[in-house]
Amino acid sequence: MPFNLLKYGLSAEYPVDVDLPPPRDLKPSYDVVIIGAGGHGLATAYYLSRYHGINNIAVLEKAYLGGGNTARNTAVIRSNYLTSEGVRFYAESVKLFQNLSNEFDFNIMYSERGQLTLAHTDATVRSFRQRAEVNKHFGGRTEMIDRQQIRELVPSLNLDPGHLPVIAGLWHIDGATARHDAVAWGYAKQAAKRGVEIHQLTEVQDLVIESGRIRAVKTNRGTVQCGCVVQAIAGHSSLLMAKAGIRSPIQTFPLQAMVTQPFKPFLDPLVSSSALHCYVQQTSRGEVVFGGGSDPYPLFNSRSTLDLKESLLAHAIEMFPFLANAKLMRQWAGITDMTPDYSPIMGLSPVENYYLDAGWGTWGFKATPICGKTMAELVASGGRVPELIKPFGLERFSTFQQVNEMGATAASH
Amino acid sequence: MKIINCPLNGPRNISEFTYGGEFKPMPDPGTCSDAEWADYVFNSENRAGVVREWWMHTPSSYWFLAERHTVSDEIIRTFDARELFSSRLDFHPPQSREIAG
Repeated sequence: MPFNLLKYGLSAEYPVDVDLPPPRDLKPSYDVVIIGAGGHGLATAYYLSRYHGINNIAVLEKAYLGGGNTARNTAVIRSNYLTSEGVRFYAESVKLFQNLSNEFDFNIMYSERGQLTLAHTDATVRSFRQRAEVNKHFGGRTEMIDRQQIRELVPSLNLDPGHLPVIAGLWHIDGATARHDAVAWGYAKQAAKRGVEIHQLTEVQDLVIESGRIRAVKTNRGTVQCGCVVQAIAGHSSLLMAKAGIRSPIQTFPLQAMVTQPFKPFLDPLVSSSALHCYVQQTSRGEVVFGGGSDPYPLFNSRSTLDLKESLLAHAIEMFPFLANAKLMRQWAGITDMTPDYSPIMGLSPVENYYLDAGWGTWGFKATPICGKTMAELVASGGRVPELIKPFGLERFSTFQQVNEMGATAASH
Repeated sequence: MKIINCPLNGPRNISEFTYGGEFKPMPDPGTCSDAEWADYVFNSENRAGVVREWWMHTPSSYWFLAERHTVSDEIIRTFDARELFSSRLDFHPPQSREIAG
């Protein structure tokens, strides 16, 4: 072993395992162009190249890999939504996440810690009962628990915050967290190995659409012809859709989150309260992450506001009073594309070979694997929409068939 | 703290205000098609740039219009709705299409 190490150290041919091949020029044409190298776009490229034999793919990214909302979410994985369409979809995603490290042979640090949502009113308890039953029906593990059980799970939690005593909890055993960068890099590495080209610093400036079909995309590094396009960006979904001439129901809001100095492990589950508009979790590094609802008005800017800090942290401190002395280390914001029914927009668009993966608001990270898998099926079949994502088509907003998940997005609004 | 200059109450903290959505013309619900109505209800311009939108000063329930830049977060102008609406709008739902209670 020491000799090998010495040989390795002195070797002129430094045998480094390269995750991504160095950048090269864009080819004149690709079978599939994916716009956005975040988790979703990279996952789509990966499933296409690994399971559908399509390798002539370019993933175009205006900044750097996984640097958008993939890096800005709070890495919550769960399936305890409200509607059967939603739960079926997210439950499938949780299953894929559980096996993702093996699939990549790369550790995504998947950690099944369970997610606890607190009810402070009778109305919330009723909706929790429904969510527990729907979740169980689709193979998830969720149950209602009482104050005593909550106390045992999270001894540091204040069960009587202000005027809102905790009545019960929705205990989602499948709730988990993972390293979001690792998810993006895992997909990127495996896709690149199979010939997928990932072009960073390549911004799509215009779309060339002729007689209802997309022919090419114009970028700052030249124009590429394409067989089809998958739009997999976040934060600016509606602006890109507008370039394709598509009307969208998306409104864009910043969502601010922050993290404290590290502490000894004290909080195993991910805890959220819909009445206090706050979710709290401790990372594997010991830092405490706080997140809340989106900002109160639309904005394409990740600036920080004192208003949000004050209101969010006041609630976080009601839940965990000892955190009043904690120091904040960092804060950041993601730009969320909110849809009127709090469900994503996936599937076909009015442009025949232009596929949409948009409107991921505050629920995008947890859907990364299933989204990539189903979008890949959609692309590979030439536009046959998989059963699992049929309810999420853009057309639901003109046929009045929304999938309402407003009550089940952890702390939003 | 961000300040909004309310046309009725003067400069106040933004926490006193409620965002009321994009300013957009409403099609006539009596005569427009379902598709036009759905477009009005659900779709947004969601422009990155200067937008015109409704805001309310919450304590006084006063609705007004604002021009705001959605990238720089600057409030450019606030003004009373009378600048755009000179007469009262009356709604007469068609009798025949009334839904029985």
